[in-house]
Amino acid sequence: MVFKIEPRPVPSRQMKYFSPLIAALLMLVSGLLIFTLLGKNPVNAFYAFFIEPVNDFYGIGELFIKASPLMLIGIGLAIGFKANIWNIGAEGQLTMGAIFGGGVAIYFNGSTSFFILPGMFLAGIAGGMFWASIPAFLKIRYNANEILVSLMLNYVAVLILSLLIHGPWKDPQGYGFPQSVLFSESALLPVMVEGTRLHAGVLISFAAVGVGWIFLLRSFIGYQLQVSGLAINAASYAGFKYKKMIWIGLLAGGLTAGIAGVSEISGPIGQLLPSVSPGYGFAAIIVAYVGRLHPGGIFLSSLLMALLYLGGESAQMSLDLPSAVTGVFQGMLLFYLLAADFLIHFQIRLKSTSALKGTRP
Amino acid sequence: MTLDTLMNILVATIAAGTPLVYAALGELIVEKSGVLNLGVEGMMLVGAISGFIVMAKTGSLLLAVSCGMLAGAIMSLIFAVLTLTLMANQVASGLALTIFGTGLSSFMGIDYTSVALKGAREIHIPFFSDIPILGRLVFSYDILVYLSLVLLALVLWFLYKTRAGLILKAIGESPRSGHALGFPVIRIRYLAVLFGGAMAGLGGVYLSVAYTPMWVEGMVSGRGWVALALVVFATWRPMRVLTGAYLFGGVTIIQFHIQGFGFEIPSQVLSMLPYLATIAVLVLISRDKKLIRLNSPASLGITFHPENN
Amino acid sequence: MKQNWLPRTVLFISAMVFIVAGFSSMAFGKDKLKIGFVYVSPIGDAGWTYQHDLGRLAVEKNLGDKVSTKFIESVPEGAEAERVIRDLAKSGYKLIFTTSFGYMNPTLKVAKLFPKTIFEHSTGYKLAKNVGTYMCRFYEGRYLTGIIAGKMTKSNQLGYVAAFPIPEVIRGINAFTLGAKSVNPDIRVKVIWVNSWFDPGKEREASEALIDQGVDVITHHTDSTAPVMTAEEKGVYAIGYHSDMSKYGPNAQLTATTHVWGDYYTKVARQVLDGTWKSTAVWGGIKDGMIKLAPISKKVPADVVELVKKTQKSIADGSFHPFTGPIRRQDGKLLVKAGKHLTDKDLLGMNYYVEGIIGSIPK
Repeated sequence: MVFKIEPRPVPSRQMKYFSPLIAALLMLVSGLLIFTLLGKNPVNAFYAFFIEPVNDFYGIGELFIKASPLMLIGIGLAIGFKANIWNIGAEGQLTMGAIFGGGVAIYFNGSTSFFILPGMFLAGIAGGMFWASIPAFLKIRYNANEILVSLMLNYVAVLILSLLIHGPWKDPQGYGFPQSVLFSESALLPVMVEGTRLHAGVLISFAAVGVGWIFLLRSFIGYQLQVSGLAINAASYAGFKYKKMIWIGLLAGGLTAGIAGVSEISGPIGQLLPSVSPGYGFAAIIVAYVGRLHPGGIFLSSLLMALLYLGGESAQMSLDLPSAVTGVFQGMLLFYLLAADFLIHFQIRLKSTSALKGTRP
Repeated sequence: MTLDTLMNILVATIAAGTPLVYAALGELIVEKSGVLNLGVEGMMLVGAISGFIVMAKTGSLLLAVSCGMLAGAIMSLIFAVLTLTLMANQVASGLALTIFGTGLSSFMGIDYTSVALKGAREIHIPFFSDIPILGRLVFSYDILVYLSLVLLALVLWFLYKTRAGLILKAIGESPRSGHALGFPVIRIRYLAVLFGGAMAGLGGVYLSVAYTPMWVEGMVSGRGWVALALVVFATWRPMRVLTGAYLFGGVTIIQFHIQGFGFEIPSQVLSMLPYLATIAVLVLISRDKKLIRLNSPASLGITFHPENN
Repeated sequence: MKQNWLPRTVLFISAMVFIVAGFSSMAFGKDKLKIGFVYVSPIGDAGWTYQHDLGRLAVEKNLGDKVSTKFIESVPEGAEAERVIRDLAKSGYKLIFTTSFGYMNPTLKVAKLFPKTIFEHSTGYKLAKNVGTYMCRFYEGRYLTGIIAGKMTKSNQLGYVAAFPIPEVIRGINAFTLGAKSVNPDIRVKVIWVNSWFDPGKEREASEALIDQGVDVITHHTDSTAPVMTAEEKGVYAIGYHSDMSKYGPNAQLTATTHVWGDYYTKVARQVLDGTWKSTAVWGGIKDGMIKLAPISKKVPADVVELVKKTQKSIADGSFHPFTGPIRRQDGKLLVKAGKHLTDKDLLGMNYYVEGIIGSIPK
């Protein structure tokens, strides 16, 4: 029997929903294999990885805390990815957001004004968008590849933060250690559920999912983004509109990353540190893709990704599994999803039956 | 600054640039075939740890290099299957490869973190290495530095002097016409991607076995991405890859010398230099759209399916 | 009567079972002290975390089945750490060592939620009822290695690869310089900051740059063995840090400043077992066995070894302090008069270079 790969006349709707499930299933199987190879009981390992982290209120709170920046940035990146704008500088934009927002908190340290927190978020948004505007500007004006520029800027942003934290923003009472003052109460996001760390920043992420939904699926700009993404190389597509799409695509990521940066420092961290993100900006790329650039999907995939992180920790604690397993899982999940996407656009048939048809789109 | 110091900077620069030469040459061939593989960083990491493990176990440089290349090639095979057979998006697949490679390499390297290793030694050629200045500048590296130059010559010869090179470039320009002329587009692209993976793996081995020589999680620290930038910088020409790699290596080395001489510039600013330089060069090269369009493979990054035309 | 014996017996037996079970579980629960360690990097073969893990192993060896230990490695500083520390506390770890500065505020936050758990945070400065701090007087070892470097250099130029400009690192650079100058007033120390605790590529490049600029003894305050390895390759001397790195540079390494935690960890665990633990800020040095020099290389002449041994003894018995005047700042201004020495408070906030160092502290 010979199989033949054949493009579908229209992308399969069912497969759109099935392919993530197939990917998840493949990952479970691979997980089974890996755990067995490592000499761990797969049932225990799965329990440690997927159940134990969320078996109490605190754990569920942690899940949402961890998922919050991922879904937020994931939504922003998805807007760019739709238009084929590859912003992989969200880590740097998050850092810039934290620098700008943190600057407000440090400058007004001790103030009890209600406006501190909103001010921090506005500044953070400005910071994130500013950092994202650099690759946008360089792409439009000088045709510079936004992937490489935004990536290089990640390193630069972290070094700028380091410069500030070791210098002017160092806590004067901190014996010279690289950290800012602890933010005052007015600069901290309130905790929503007693006994957890679940802070109000999570609500912003939920809101972002809603806004992203409307923006991507219900607005004209969302439609234009998709068109420009599909027609990226078509000369027919009006140049000025394409420029607009570049701006929107990159700034959306900068905006959400900036918010995420402020949420981190005014939420679980509570001060500026030399590193404010354990790689959320990169993980959000996976989140956006696994969520197939759909706000609902991103919501779910950010929770899954967060669970993988927490699971990695809990597996290390209860089973002595190395923490690197998490990274392997994330990469595999992404591979399987990309591979399963194949089924959306193509079908596999036996050669003999398809020979007669020969449909071409 | 004495002549001796200058000489030392030059020698250090060449060593620092060599992993970039490997990775960027490989990616250049991949991109010439019309495929954009953003997974260089991940392939380098897996190559680095594979080579390191073999070197630590056997002590054979030859085996380490072969296994590192093989590991890089296997990584790129995943990418090739995804993008060439399953027609997945090349950008997303490349990013996934980097994320996977980062995780996999630290997983493989758990037992090898900061293990001591007798690395590749600088070779000493009697007489030649002892010539003043020239001897130091030309005959004082480890063997992998020379290998990178040999491979550069091979790539040059392949691209500009062989029929196969011509076909590769033609396919990168227009896979459709290549297909129409009867060339096996997908198979050729597979080979190009595998070559790129092997070269990235070799760049990784150089880092872990000759340059540092040590294994540390994430030790490639952005060099894979710089290699990608170098290909654009070089406008897809191998000789310029060499120039670019050494320039980048030079910026990296000089920042430390500046500190050592006691200039009052914050070290963080100096550490930014290589990245800022990359952006600046990228802008300088890319602003001439004609230059880019003339040199970049026209089908770069676009999925091609022979049945789908 | 006859029908009545069954329920009573059952009641009696179950009561006995409960009591026995209760006692035994209490006994078991009391017996084994679960100790958790939070590490900032993988353990590896040398370096900061490796030394702490040696300490953990020493606790296991010294206290045997009275304790069980567990470590979590590669825990990022900041928001992640709080969850890991909390999970350890929640899982019944009654003594938790957090071994990196960035864990300070997370440790304190968790300590508030678990008042019955005892926390020990390394290198920080904030205490709480159930949080103690501990660190080493690394500078004592640095001063001693400075003496060796000052005697062994031919070019009178020493090199220092440093991670981040925090007082702990600056203190080490200054102590090293003072030690070297005490035997060789013409010494110059060149410092290169690599802005990373652990990046062998950068550490190697920085070491090479120093050697190329004429430095012939290298030391470092970073985590990898790359500086020692580079020195070995280039044929200059090196002084290791954290761990004895002689196997990475058998010819290059003259000695190394190492920190040793096993005795301290064992002492703390004993105190917790006995219920005598109290929150304190421990800053231990040579006297407490927390700072030790690795075996000194045969290349170092006997009279130098003798001098080092003598100085080591006088530091240990308190008759000599490495930061004893006269000390001048980098710009030549007098910092400490002859006969006086810096206080612990001065040392903790140190943010300036002493005379003899080339370069500036990143601001």
